[in-house]
Amino acid sequence: MKSICFYFQVHQPYRLSSYRFFDIGAHDNYFDEYANRYIMQQVAEKCYLPANEVLLGLIKKYGKDFKVSFSISGLALEQFEQYAPKVLKSFQKLADTGNVEFLAETWAHSLVSLKSKKEFSEQVKMHVRKIKSLFGQEPLTFRNTELVYSNDIGNVVYNLGFDTMLTEGAKHVLGWKSPNLLYCSAANPKLKLLLKNFQLSDDIAFRFSERAWKEWPLTAEKFVSWIENINPRDEVINLFMDYETFGEHQWAETGIFDFLNSFPSLAIEKSGMQFKTPSELSKVLQPVAQLNVPYPISWADEERDLTAWLGNEMQDEAFNSLYDIESKIRKIKDDKMMRQWRYLQASDHFYYMCTKWFSDGDVHKYFNPYSSPYDAFINYMNVLSDLVIRVNKQAVRKPKRKAAGKKTNAPA
Amino acid sequence: MKVLMFGWEFPPHISGGLGTACYGLTKALIKADVEILFVVPRMFGDEEPGSIRLINASDVTVDVRDEVYKTHENKISYMEIDSTLLPYATEEEYYHLVEQLESGVSLEQLNLHTQKFKFMGGYGKNLMEEVRRYAIVASNIARDNEFDIIHAHDWLTYLAGIEARKISGKPLVVHMHATEFDRSGDNINNTVYSIEKAGMEAADMVIAVSHLTRNVVINRYGIDPEKVITVHNGVEPSRDNTSVSIKRHVDEKIVTFLGRITYQKGPEYFIEAAYKVLQKDPNVRFVMAGSGDLLPVMIRRVAKLGMATKFHFTGFLKGDDVDRMFGLSDVYVMPSVSEPFGISPLEAMRSSVPVIISKQSGVAEVLNHALKVDYWDVDAMADAIYGVLCYPSMHKMFRKYGKAEVENIKWDQAGMKVKNIYKRIMHT
Repeated sequence: MKSICFYFQVHQPYRLSSYRFFDIGAHDNYFDEYANRYIMQQVAEKCYLPANEVLLGLIKKYGKDFKVSFSISGLALEQFEQYAPKVLKSFQKLADTGNVEFLAETWAHSLVSLKSKKEFSEQVKMHVRKIKSLFGQEPLTFRNTELVYSNDIGNVVYNLGFDTMLTEGAKHVLGWKSPNLLYCSAANPKLKLLLKNFQLSDDIAFRFSERAWKEWPLTAEKFVSWIENINPRDEVINLFMDYETFGEHQWAETGIFDFLNSFPSLAIEKSGMQFKTPSELSKVLQPVAQLNVPYPISWADEERDLTAWLGNEMQDEAFNSLYDIESKIRKIKDDKMMRQWRYLQASDHFYYMCTKWFSDGDVHKYFNPYSSPYDAFINYMNVLSDLVIRVNKQAVRKPKRKAAGKKTNAPA
Repeated sequence: MKVLMFGWEFPPHISGGLGTACYGLTKALIKADVEILFVVPRMFGDEEPGSIRLINASDVTVDVRDEVYKTHENKISYMEIDSTLLPYATEEEYYHLVEQLESGVSLEQLNLHTQKFKFMGGYGKNLMEEVRRYAIVASNIARDNEFDIIHAHDWLTYLAGIEARKISGKPLVVHMHATEFDRSGDNINNTVYSIEKAGMEAADMVIAVSHLTRNVVINRYGIDPEKVITVHNGVEPSRDNTSVSIKRHVDEKIVTFLGRITYQKGPEYFIEAAYKVLQKDPNVRFVMAGSGDLLPVMIRRVAKLGMATKFHFTGFLKGDDVDRMFGLSDVYVMPSVSEPFGISPLEAMRSSVPVIISKQSGVAEVLNHALKVDYWDVDAMADAIYGVLCYPSMHKMFRKYGKAEVENIKWDQAGMKVKNIYKRIMHT
């Protein structure tokens, strides 16, 4: 009997305010408090609260047959606390049912796995601590920002104590293999991998309301029948998507909430399918093969690579400049600067600088608050330049103070 | 397919975008197997028409007993009251032309039955008179030539287009390269406005050079949206790049404004942005190249802000000097208040210079690899300048993608679109 694994990504970045070059050195109000509060509250009303309500109803109705998993970035959790405590409570209510698994990720929804092991493990630990304190469970499964995965990243993740990881069922990695089975890492076979079925996931996340799509409208009956017709040897259908799909990317008017309710009901009642969490599946299923992923993959665009965030000159300059100050910022031990630095690590900032969307999908445009990647880059660099100046000032000041202290001591 | 086309300028005697655009479009149409008869008010003898058949309106004999002659000549005497009318009065060319003029060109010796008009061309004092006479000549040309379609460029030639249509019964296309609102803001010249409106109303189809212009045509002239089509301009492919050998004699980065120094081009916003940048970073020089009625005001403003050692005026630049200026520039800024299209940023990009353009320009509709700001948003403009100068990857990006993007904005595409418009009219 096939299982279904629902994993929803919950994330909101701290959006930057319009920060001009003449603000550099003048003030460090980098983040747009108003926009962040407004957007969080909007998304809470349109998506998080109603969607949680639907899931809670399903859990109450179907008990152990219906389970889901979430990965909520540290930045989103922090913004729940600041701007929408109701949302946090509603997630806690879900956690209390015991049917919800919370996954670990990087605190800042960052791409740091590609840059710094030290900062990566620190952010993962921060996130794990936060999940424990808010939801009372120790995360067992890891999912990296944007499902970025490679052999090397898998190794680091395993060494941090996780034996299961989620990633994309990228065609160029899988070849003829099915995404609907459990795999393990070629570099470290103890690390198990669950792969996103991008066809079915994207039918919900991207195509649900697309009238030009030949399958529109997508009904629960249709969707369940597709899953039933999948090769009987396949064991698990991994439906991974942004949680904001429900009510935010696909508006309530499209019937997405009805679908969120009726699809699991039908799958459980008519077809006897079970919804399981990643860590459950990792225990009960046997890995069928090893996956070798020498170059990082992700869940974005046709290429399933990193080019939505990194690769053009601006993205690379911004990314490198950001991590150039890592060692200095660590030495300074200034909480505020550290927090600002981490907010700036959110993958979203690099996504805004992507020039692919000039030819590529509208998806990029939809999520981009800037009118062009050039504007996004300039604003980000202005902010980062200010942070770099402050960090450098502090780094110089600290040893000086010691030296000054010695001098005054000397004559005495 | 044969087109009778009315223009006002032709290379090398051009004062701005109109002549360049007509030339580019005409060449593309000929490539697309459209035959063109291109009429200009005056030929200077050094035009290089290539395969374009040019007709010199000054060579055409008209009969004063014609109805069309009477209608327009009568209006001329009325028009002359409005002697301060100078639609492009700030043109550098105008001054040159006036100097060249002999003191007593007697346009009034009209007591013969047939005559030729001696057109000055350009945009002189007797512009309105010339526009009327051009229409008289147009009527004659239209009577004596075979063609399928009439195409008139900008208001100066609209009366000509209307007369040609009247006498030949052939369909008329008028091309809006600029509207009176672009030239004059809200203080429009009503005569020009009504000629524009009459031309568009009489036309079977109106071509606008951008969506921006199309909107103006629909909203401010009340033209039926059904017959207004946007065809973006193209840009000529690069010439052999001589700018490679350009030597810099200053260490600072150079930010350039190049264009007429008039209200329409927004030079004052460039100056205010320059001031903001210089306060933060003294290692920048600003150049304002061009001339125009606002030049003295601009010079005073720069002096008042105390940045004259970092802000330079070059006067009007031509030909190679323009290329040299681009070759020296690190950023090109076009802060136009209202720019129907705006070809100069494309020329800058062709020389691998990053550009900052106002959102109030038609060219913003076709460019991805450019920074776009509202012309009045001096902070954003300054920020964009600083960003391009300060963050090395921006230069790299613009170099890599900007040039390629421009080379894809071809006149051939515009030519094909215009040809399709011709076809559509001929089949209805």
